Amino acid sequence: MDVTTILILLLAGAVVTYFSGDKLASKVALIFSLGSLAATLNLLSIYCNGGDISFRADWMDIPKVALAFKADGLSMVMVLLTTALTPLIIFSSFGNSFNNAKNFYALVLFMSFAMVGTFLAADGLLYYVFWELALIPIYFIALIWGNGDAEKRQKAVLKFFIYTLGGSLFMLIAFAYLYSKANSFLIEDLYKLNLSATEQCYIFFAFFLAYAIKIPLIPFHTWQAKVYQKAPTVGTMLLSGIMLKMGLYSVIRWQLPIAPLAAKQYMPVLIGLSIAGVIYGSVVALRQKDLKKLLAYSSLAHVGLIAAGCYTLTIDGLSGAVSQMIAHGFVIVGLFFAAEIIFRRYETYKIAEMGGIRTQTPKFTSMFMIMVLASVALPGTFNFVGEFTVLYSLSQINIWFVILGGTTIILGAYYMLKMFQNTMLGETNAKVFADVTTNETITLVVIIGFLLFFGLYPKPIVDLVTPSLQEILLNINR
Amino acid sequence: MEKNLALLLLLSPFAGFLFNVFFGKKVSKGISGAIGTLTVLVSFLLSICFFTQVNQNGKPFEINLFDWISVHNFKISFGLLLDQLSLLWLLFVTGIGSLIHLYSISYMHDDENMHKFFAYLNLFVFFMITLVIGSNLLVMFIGWEGVGLCSYLLIGFWYKNQDFNDAAKKAFIMNRIGDLGLLIGIFALGAAFSTLDFTAMSSYIQGKEFTPFQATLIPIAAFCLFIGACGKSAQLPLFTWLPDAMAGPTPVSALIHAATMVTAGIFMVTRMNFLFDLTPEVQHIIAIVGGATALVAASIGLLQNDIKKVLAYSTVSQLGLMFLALGMGAYTVAVFHVITHAFFKACLFLGSGSVIHGLHGEQDMRKMGGLRKAMPITFWTMMISTLAIAGIFPFAGFWSKDEILMVAFEHNKVLWIVASIASIMTAFYMFRLMYLTFFKEFRGTEEQKHHLHESPSLITIPLVILAVLALIGGTINLPGSNWLNHFLEPILTTKHEEHSLGAQEYMLMGIALAGAVFGILWAYSKYIKQEFVPSEDADIKGFSKTIYHKYYVDEFYTFIIVRPLNSLSNFFRTTLEPALGKVVFSFGTVANGMATQGKKLQTGSIGLYLFVFVIGVLAIISYLFIVQ
Repeated sequence: MDVTTILILLLAGAVVTYFSGDKLASKVALIFSLGSLAATLNLLSIYCNGGDISFRADWMDIPKVALAFKADGLSMVMVLLTTALTPLIIFSSFGNSFNNAKNFYALVLFMSFAMVGTFLAADGLLYYVFWELALIPIYFIALIWGNGDAEKRQKAVLKFFIYTLGGSLFMLIAFAYLYSKANSFLIEDLYKLNLSATEQCYIFFAFFLAYAIKIPLIPFHTWQAKVYQKAPTVGTMLLSGIMLKMGLYSVIRWQLPIAPLAAKQYMPVLIGLSIAGVIYGSVVALRQKDLKKLLAYSSLAHVGLIAAGCYTLTIDGLSGAVSQMIAHGFVIVGLFFAAEIIFRRYETYKIAEMGGIRTQTPKFTSMFMIMVLASVALPGTFNFVGEFTVLYSLSQINIWFVILGGTTIILGAYYMLKMFQNTMLGETNAKVFADVTTNETITLVVIIGFLLFFGLYPKPIVDLVTPSLQEILLNINR
Repeated sequence: MEKNLALLLLLSPFAGFLFNVFFGKKVSKGISGAIGTLTVLVSFLLSICFFTQVNQNGKPFEINLFDWISVHNFKISFGLLLDQLSLLWLLFVTGIGSLIHLYSISYMHDDENMHKFFAYLNLFVFFMITLVIGSNLLVMFIGWEGVGLCSYLLIGFWYKNQDFNDAAKKAFIMNRIGDLGLLIGIFALGAAFSTLDFTAMSSYIQGKEFTPFQATLIPIAAFCLFIGACGKSAQLPLFTWLPDAMAGPTPVSALIHAATMVTAGIFMVTRMNFLFDLTPEVQHIIAIVGGATALVAASIGLLQNDIKKVLAYSTVSQLGLMFLALGMGAYTVAVFHVITHAFFKACLFLGSGSVIHGLHGEQDMRKMGGLRKAMPITFWTMMISTLAIAGIFPFAGFWSKDEILMVAFEHNKVLWIVASIASIMTAFYMFRLMYLTFFKEFRGTEEQKHHLHESPSLITIPLVILAVLALIGGTINLPGSNWLNHFLEPILTTKHEEHSLGAQEYMLMGIALAGAVFGILWAYSKYIKQEFVPSEDADIKGFSKTIYHKYYVDEFYTFIIVRPLNSLSNFFRTTLEPALGKVVFSFGTVANGMATQGKKLQTGSIGLYLFVFVIGVLAIISYLFIVQ
């Protein structure tokens, strides 16, 4: 058994879902996504016992492209994030009904397939194909099933599509150049290349454009808030929970080890830019009136900190970044789901129209509160582990980085608690708020359980990724 | 065995929390409260067991549970440390905690969410225990943030009132400012010593020459830790959250905002005494901040009319005195005052709660008066505690405050004067509180007067116990026996010199006592002789108004921080964001020829666009092959 099992399951799942008809689609999709999760866990146990789960076959001779899927700790953790969140996201949508459900769920699985492929691909061109492939389903999901005015939505989504695609093209050019040097797209060959400092700079920034748009880092983030707002919540969850981690993962896997000299040279600038994003995102979030947009900007702030961790080029920074990616993936999915739960009852994302919900649904309030606390990285949640490690790595480089980056501790608490107060607390709302359903509760409990368990015992995840990160660091410092 | 008992000590209140969260609504209020109280009582009894053992053989218990977080140069484990300092804290946290839980059964009985109240209160005790018995800074930090969370939940317990929610949010955010400082301090220590373990750090620091790198980090770390302490213990300039925190139910004010949580800063500095001893500059800052806080808060307390606000400012002021002692390296003196203060301030808050309960929610002292006869137990217990806080011989507060003044006198005469003035003010405003509340005629409505009654025994029993402690609590460190000094010796690096009672000591005691009596007489002449009742809010004029509004510190913060931040946010949101969107996007499209084409072809036909894109990719790749 190797990692292609997961890919095959997800792809087959997409096809079967499409043919299963609208009524069954969501359940079929859930079964296949759970199957891919089971496969991932099984492969993980094989991997942890020293088994080889990578896959390699030739694909094209000219140009020489291999179907190479390499699984190390880092990739497997990212795959696990994808295959764990996908069933959760599908399950969370059981309370919604979609037109053409078969298309919708097929696209969700297809997107999951593409993202898993991105995390596993060990060949530049293969990776690029998966990277772009992931864009197509989310484009249609946001366009067809999104909310709000159709014309505005179309504009926002198209902008997002062109923008990210445009950024990626620079990455493709970089790959083409690398191929001309190495005569191979294989990642280990690319790591071995002896590129001059100037060459590395060009490569580095070509990659950077693609990733900075995807993550997104300021000032390349302008597509984000609108798309998060307009997309159906399932799409927003896929985007914020998993897809933006593709960018962060790629920084660690591709950008840093291929162009380490440039990474070192521009380290302070890159960390500075990332931290500027932390502050900028937090400040914008303070006065947001739309719940989904507020969460979008909180996400911008959080990924800024993750990116800063990546660019420290230290083991603490990288491992903290990975922990934070996983933690953020879960918590942001949970928070967007909370927004969706409110939307299902009040049909609005406007914070001003909420408030006074707590009396009507104490259970939901408590769960929402816990996720808010995870988002502000209270110790005991997995988010704290990531944030602490990243901030520690920043403190070792320059005290100002940690003072400025650490403002997220204060500002994050400010905008999240303010949001919580305005959505949940206050005089009982005149509009009836039906208590959360069992399905909704299950989704939230799984997320909370995950965050609390790994908050107290993060060792399994950290131990899994650390060796791969150390190997990548060796390549960076070669 | 010890490990299991220690775990039980820690987890018992947590079990109470879980019970009340999941079953609290289903059982009767009495059972919910009883479970909440008993689980804390279990911790108290276990604390006594551990305490007697450590007291006998002097050996602390150290328990490692599992590895938690690791960074490249060290591992942080989930460990517990039960030594002299943590046991002392445990005793009064769980002891007073049990009493306040008991009190709350009656106090909160009419609240529909009583089970939630007990859940939060239990959770608080759990986190407070974590804070105290963590064996390293980061486990302590779990407790540190956890008690902050519970404080947030309990201040905003009556969540329908948005003013209360604002107070809760403010407390959390101001604490987080301190927490950032604390975290940076933790980072600096981690970088310098590659460990965060208290025992390891202490022994490392004690027999070593420092590298220049370590030497620069030590003062930074100490200063940053102190910022954290300022947030949690409401010192200048982060003190304004504590008076607002009085929005919470009164048992919360007694437990969290007087006796236990707010002393966490003093606990932490005492815990890290080996570090602070190395940095006289930082100690100096601590002493000055403490003295200034004591004076400023006491002066604000002079004019407050809300009974709980008076006690809140008094707490801030007393905490300031404790920091003053810490800044002079007199850790045991500070700890001594923490303990006596916990007794009498908890009693005072619970007493004020009894008064508020009796008056059905009235907190304004201008509408009280003459309650002595109707509420004799509340009156007498509060009177004992007031005498204690005023520093009258032989009540507990006399001994502890006197030691602070003595230490101050030896180190710095200016700070001694500051502390003495603060003490005189304390005597004044506390007796002002007593006179306005319990003496002369009742000033409330006829309706209230008709219903005046003493509180039920679940409320008065804790009051009596605490009053007894406020009376005799000083015995733990009487001059001559100095039990507390000896007990704490093992955890301190610098030995505290003993006071032999000489002429100077007697003179200082005399001055302190005379000051207290002066404060009392001052209050007596104003509020009993002249029968003065404070004027209505609108009539407060001049400098009194400035003081009444706590020197407009909050307004100042709003002006220099909150408002600019909000304007900036609005500017970013409404102006910069759209502009950035346009600029970056057009830049992107111009730079990218193909994207420009895509824009021209923007008919919504993504198929066409994809087609162009694929052609482009193929073109680039084939170009490369042709070239090669």
